[in-house]
Amino acid sequence: MAQSIEKLNRIAIEPVTRVEGHGKVTLLLDDRNHVRQARFHIVEFRGFERFIQGRPYWEVPVIVQRLCGICPVSHHLAAAKAMDGIVGVDQLTPTAEKMRRLMHYGQILQSHALHFFHLCSPDILFGFDADPQIRNVIGVAAKHKDLAVQGVMLRKYGQEVIKRTAGKKIHGTGAIPGGINKNLSITERDELLKDLAQMKEWGLGALKLAKDYTVEHLDWLADFGSFPSNHLSIVREDGAMDLYHGRLRAIDAEGNKIFDQVAVPRYIDYIAEEVRPWSYMKFPFIKSLGAEKGWYRVGPLARVNTADFIDTPLAEEARREFMAVTDGKPNNITMAYHWARMIELVHCIEKIDELLHDGDLQGEDLVLKGERRPEAVAIVEAPRGTLFHHYKVDENDQVVMANLIVSTTSNNEPMNQAVRKVADQYLDGHQITEGLLNHIEVAIRAYDPCLSCATHALGRMPLLVQLFDSRGNLLDRKTR
Amino acid sequence: MSESAPVRVLVLGYGNPGRCDDGLGPALVESLAAEALPGVTIDADYQLAVEDAAVIAEHDVVIFVDAAVKGTEPFYFRPVIPSPVVSFSTHSLSPESLLGLARDVFQKERPGYVLGIRGYEFNEFGERLSPRAAANLERARDFIGRVLRQGNWAAAVTGSDE
Repeated sequence: MAQSIEKLNRIAIEPVTRVEGHGKVTLLLDDRNHVRQARFHIVEFRGFERFIQGRPYWEVPVIVQRLCGICPVSHHLAAAKAMDGIVGVDQLTPTAEKMRRLMHYGQILQSHALHFFHLCSPDILFGFDADPQIRNVIGVAAKHKDLAVQGVMLRKYGQEVIKRTAGKKIHGTGAIPGGINKNLSITERDELLKDLAQMKEWGLGALKLAKDYTVEHLDWLADFGSFPSNHLSIVREDGAMDLYHGRLRAIDAEGNKIFDQVAVPRYIDYIAEEVRPWSYMKFPFIKSLGAEKGWYRVGPLARVNTADFIDTPLAEEARREFMAVTDGKPNNITMAYHWARMIELVHCIEKIDELLHDGDLQGEDLVLKGERRPEAVAIVEAPRGTLFHHYKVDENDQVVMANLIVSTTSNNEPMNQAVRKVADQYLDGHQITEGLLNHIEVAIRAYDPCLSCATHALGRMPLLVQLFDSRGNLLDRKTR
Repeated sequence: MSESAPVRVLVLGYGNPGRCDDGLGPALVESLAAEALPGVTIDADYQLAVEDAAVIAEHDVVIFVDAAVKGTEPFYFRPVIPSPVVSFSTHSLSPESLLGLARDVFQKERPGYVLGIRGYEFNEFGERLSPRAAANLERARDFIGRVLRQGNWAAAVTGSDE
């Protein structure tokens, strides 16, 4: 940054619509009203790690679901995987691993469906500048009812998968240290199989919509909130996309490997977290590149970029089409997140199909035990990106240390970059126009951020837009 | 639909039990579960989501139970008017938007009510209710039990969310 913060004007926009939790965007302007820096503030409740401390380790897979009402299953699975390590189990029984995978694919399916049909599709169907009163799920229901129904039913299907693998929505207990507490009955399997063909058809329709939109608007989207970046995810040992288990891979904007096949417990040798005074959220970065250049993207875009291939045919065909757009190099277009997300949605449906035809899901060997260990790390690829859970447990079976890196944390700096770029393009003078606000929202929404999963109690969701001068005087104020 | 006739009632409690009083909704439906009232389906989740519209469409009446940060103590019970307005956080939806979705997507216009139980502590992690919230929960539990047994939703409206 060339100028000191004191010389910059500040515009605050809070919170961002259709993003979970409470968020605020601050734009720092220079004397010529160019955006020099963007800060996407995340009002994160601190203390969750302390909340876990002192708990017996076997409670953790249930307790961590309290962290997030949007992706409780991802935290449930990440914690359970870590606790596998604590109880000394490195390889689950086939039934346990496949039940967990089924749960995970159901979770990603429902999350991606919600995001695409109800948060993204209004933007691409109605245009970024459409009236916010129309540019939402209700507007989609009115104008494109078939899509609204598909979104609801795909999401409902994913929730059914979760219900049959994890149990109750609030107190999911499916995954336990060393395994799983139930298998899938033939009746449950047949119930899920019944609607699967329809889900696949709708998933492929959504994939086509996302692809066609991106390809048709490629020239414009290539510049919209886009920038070269590093990408990080886990991949399988053979380089395939694996959303449940794998080793860490990071690539740069050109596709060169920064590191590859790093065992999960060694993450701490490769990733560091920076604290900045203006945000509660930490900023992870790749140690070898340093804080300034080492930030990276996670989530669907990063995962499609880092994987060598996808092991299901329809998703692999889609991945090849996706990579062809950038001649096999990583795709750094922010709005391509949506296309990548739909490739993953199809992959999840294919994986669910594969698993439901696997007799191991009806197996009876559910839990293993090994020799207790004091420390474990686990990673899953959650819908929004790489999710790290790291625990230490003492001889009394109590958690004494917990460190969680959630995907929105990793995407914090990329979202700042996207906002800065969009804001610089659309900001005109000292006015926060509807157009500016809309475009900032669209750019942030591509990352599907989950902002701390704040309490949602009634009456807490106004949209307030404020514009301040460099001395802190309020120049403009908008509510939506 | 006659209010006195047996109807399919959905009671949807929502909130995060790990955020103190935000767990009032799930706590209430959990206590209702033991009673197994005929015709009453109960469900609990962290928040309302689009797929709830499909479940609402399969019932005749829906009662949303949530923690309230303001409004009448110990609780209010208000009707819900289906609305096209979405909240700013549509990973989760408002009761109004959900009824609107059930109507617009599934052609099922259902009467709905919100039981808002006043809470006081939301910003901490903790699986506990504050003493005042716990007292409010008891009174709300008695109230909704009577309403469900009598089926007099409209007549039971009380208090305000302001």
